[in-house]
Amino acid sequence: MSFLNFVISGISLGSIYAIIALGYTMVYGIAKMLNFAHGDVIMVGAYVCFFAVSKYNLPPLVGVLLAVVICTLLGMTIEKLAYKPLRSATSLAVLITAIGVSYFLQNAALLLWTSNPKIFPSFFKRAGADATQAVNGVSLFGGQLRISYVTVVTIAVCLVIMVALTLFTSRTKMGKAMRACSEDKDAARLMGINVDSTISLTFAIGSGLAAIAGVLLCSAYPTLVPTTGSMPGIKAFTAAVFGGIGSIPGALLGGILLGVIEIFAKAYISTQMSDAVVFAVLIIVLLVKPAGLLGRKIHEKV
Amino acid sequence: MKKILCILLAVVMVIGLLAGCGSSAPATSSATAYKLGGTGPLTGVAAIYGNAVKNAAEIAVEEINAMGGLQFDLRFEDDTHDAEKAVNAYNTLKDWGMQISLGSVTSKPCEATSAETYADRIFALTPSASSVAVVSGKDNQFQMCFTDPSQGSLSAEFIADRGLASKVAVIWKNDDVYSKGIYETFVAAASEMGLEVVSDTTFADGNDKDFSVQIADAQSNGAELVFLPMYYDAASLILTQASTAGYSPIWFGVDGMDGILTLEGFDTSLAEGVMLLTPFNADSEDEKTAAFVKKYQEKFGEIPNQFAADAYDCVYAYKKALEAAGANPSMSAQELNDLMIKTFPTMSFDGVTGIGMTWSSDGTVSKRPMANVIQNGTYVLLS
Repeated sequence: MSFLNFVISGISLGSIYAIIALGYTMVYGIAKMLNFAHGDVIMVGAYVCFFAVSKYNLPPLVGVLLAVVICTLLGMTIEKLAYKPLRSATSLAVLITAIGVSYFLQNAALLLWTSNPKIFPSFFKRAGADATQAVNGVSLFGGQLRISYVTVVTIAVCLVIMVALTLFTSRTKMGKAMRACSEDKDAARLMGINVDSTISLTFAIGSGLAAIAGVLLCSAYPTLVPTTGSMPGIKAFTAAVFGGIGSIPGALLGGILLGVIEIFAKAYISTQMSDAVVFAVLIIVLLVKPAGLLGRKIHEKV
Repeated sequence: MKKILCILLAVVMVIGLLAGCGSSAPATSSATAYKLGGTGPLTGVAAIYGNAVKNAAEIAVEEINAMGGLQFDLRFEDDTHDAEKAVNAYNTLKDWGMQISLGSVTSKPCEATSAETYADRIFALTPSASSVAVVSGKDNQFQMCFTDPSQGSLSAEFIADRGLASKVAVIWKNDDVYSKGIYETFVAAASEMGLEVVSDTTFADGNDKDFSVQIADAQSNGAELVFLPMYYDAASLILTQASTAGYSPIWFGVDGMDGILTLEGFDTSLAEGVMLLTPFNADSEDEKTAAFVKKYQEKFGEIPNQFAADAYDCVYAYKKALEAAGANPSMSAQELNDLMIKTFPTMSFDGVTGIGMTWSSDGTVSKRPMANVIQNGTYVLLS
């Protein structure tokens, strides 16, 4: 039964990676840049939700919506101020700018909210039989298998987002414009697509998703500090590369596989070696399939 | 336009040069007070400790200065629990003219600054950096807290003596000297004492969110007690996740656990029954302790933790040692260093973290720990 428990915690952790990885993958697919500030947008989203709920006593749903709105605006502002002026610059310059934005957000958060860890409130629980004790999960098979509500919500939200995004990019006009931009920006512009606003939209969607990821991340692992987003951000980036960067189903697959491998490595190999195992698997996959699991191989004509 | 910019830059540089001259001139005005410096995390994940130390040291300095007689001039710099930043902060203090040091608050940074204070011949008494490397091989580095090995072996002894459990689990942080030091001696002492370590799992920076595997391992191996040699932020996640998993062993922490009750937003009912070894109990009826706790609460609005108490004791220990040695504030850091090395091992000190504390010449302290259990959101002394 412990095996099933590990699978569930792996999928839960992986779903969070997958939602974060979506932000990386969409921005990369369309703007061809690595937005390393993405992890820190997650942190901002988590803080906004934390303050809305804990300090201003707003209902959790309003807190989440507020976080999504603020992160969307933040994402668009970052794009406008930091990345847009560099649209024709080398990709290295954009990468360094992204790292700069990441540090800026972290240090701004340090100044604004100090580094004392905050414990994120738990939204997903119901009152138990004993009024003082809240129940935060279901237990099956006589308590051998326990699934917390956060896990259920995380996996469900992840699937809903994936389906919605896939439909959005394949069915709607804006989604098609995004795909066109990712294929060939110049051709898209010639066809009358506003490339700048499409890129802006991509950042808006990616950052809005980051807010949701932030809330889910902190609901599952409730210590919130200004560096909360950075390590999950890096892991999610790994997941995006693993699944094939630029591919939406790839982000889902990469995220969940990474989560499950991480938990399995801890459980069955060694807790000391888990990260080494995760990254070793990544290296092997990239050696065999350089474009990632679901990435498209691009043939360059010489 | 470019020309104006050039001139402007030149002016700025000249001002910078002049400013440099100003601050490097010897300050003669404060020769009546000992310049006492220290570094600690005032921001960052371990900020709770740095601020506790800084606040308590301020209280002690205020009290001592108000008595007349010996005077201290305290300066505390932020190191964000980072070794490199700690060395920078130490250099700032050295430029300021620090004569005696409170070292650094946390172990990793203190290992870095202790190497500097050792080389620069500045005496340091750290309130709370407990790793062995802080003092070993350095004649002028002293500790107010227990060393990590003694925390590990004392914990194992306590668990065995009280018969708290026969099967124990350890979860430790393998990239942290503090955690590793305690873990190693705990495991060694546990096997001597007849405790069986049935689960031994680790975590590291960047991998310190999900503890489901570590908890499941302890649970499935039937551990009755889980030993947590780590800081409170990770411990709070373990307690939360264990409660979700329906696992409720005896939790046993060390001084890094101190601070869990003041964590913003933490459900303290999860820490109910957690045991920890610490030399300080804020609820003690001891007169000195009560006065210190009252003053700290009035000034900073919270109950001082063990780090605060250690820092408070450090300043008073310095006062006692400086008076005993017949030192005066116009002495150089090196002269004070030599005097302190001679004085500390010969004196016995009564403070809020223990009565009759003594130091051996290797810099470690000997005092009796007290075991506390968290009940109704406060520490209760286990008799």
